[in-house]
Amino acid sequence: MTDRLEGLLREAFPDAEELSVEDRTGGGDHFLVIVTSRRFDGLSLVEQHRLVYDALATPLADGTIHELRIKTRGAL
Amino acid sequence: MSELADQIKQIIESEDVALFMKGTPQFAMCGNSQRALEALRGAGAPVTAIDILPDPRIREELSALSGWPTIPQVFVRGELVGGADIVEELAQSGELERTLEEKLGSEYRGAGEERVVAVA
Repeated sequence: MTDRLEGLLREAFPDAEELSVEDRTGGGDHFLVIVTSRRFDGLSLVEQHRLVYDALATPLADGTIHELRIKTRGAL
Repeated sequence: MSELADQIKQIIESEDVALFMKGTPQFAMCGNSQRALEALRGAGAPVTAIDILPDPRIREELSALSGWPTIPQVFVRGELVGGADIVEELAQSGELERTLEEKLGSEYRGAGEERVVAVA
């Protein structure tokens, strides 16, 4: 499942300097997503997280993701 | 707009700090709701908590209004501040207190008691 989420995020953030998906509990439904991308530069945290939610809209809507923690950063 | 959506909108717009959460401040039913609550408490925010669990429509209507898919959701004077991760990050950097001061005035600490509002 982390592969599927990582694939969706790679599509949305092809230039990400850092991108990882961690299955926090091993149950395949609690995830920690870390994305560092220049796309976040100048955006508020709400706007940054919205981009991540957009990328993961399908697994969020179909219940695949029960809990999602997000850590975003602009370009390093 | 449904009556429920109207009611939720009213809360978002009229409360200084609205926390939509799973459970209540006395008994949070989710770690993330607890994290958001603690970050707000740490910043001295006058929290108005709304439990979304009693009716699944509350969460549906809330997310439709805010465009934010997850719970918790924190609003300050009608504006979405974020979910647990953002509120925690803002609390750690001190930005949460600055935002509260900016929106509620420098005397916001102790301005209101923590309270719970029911919808539906």
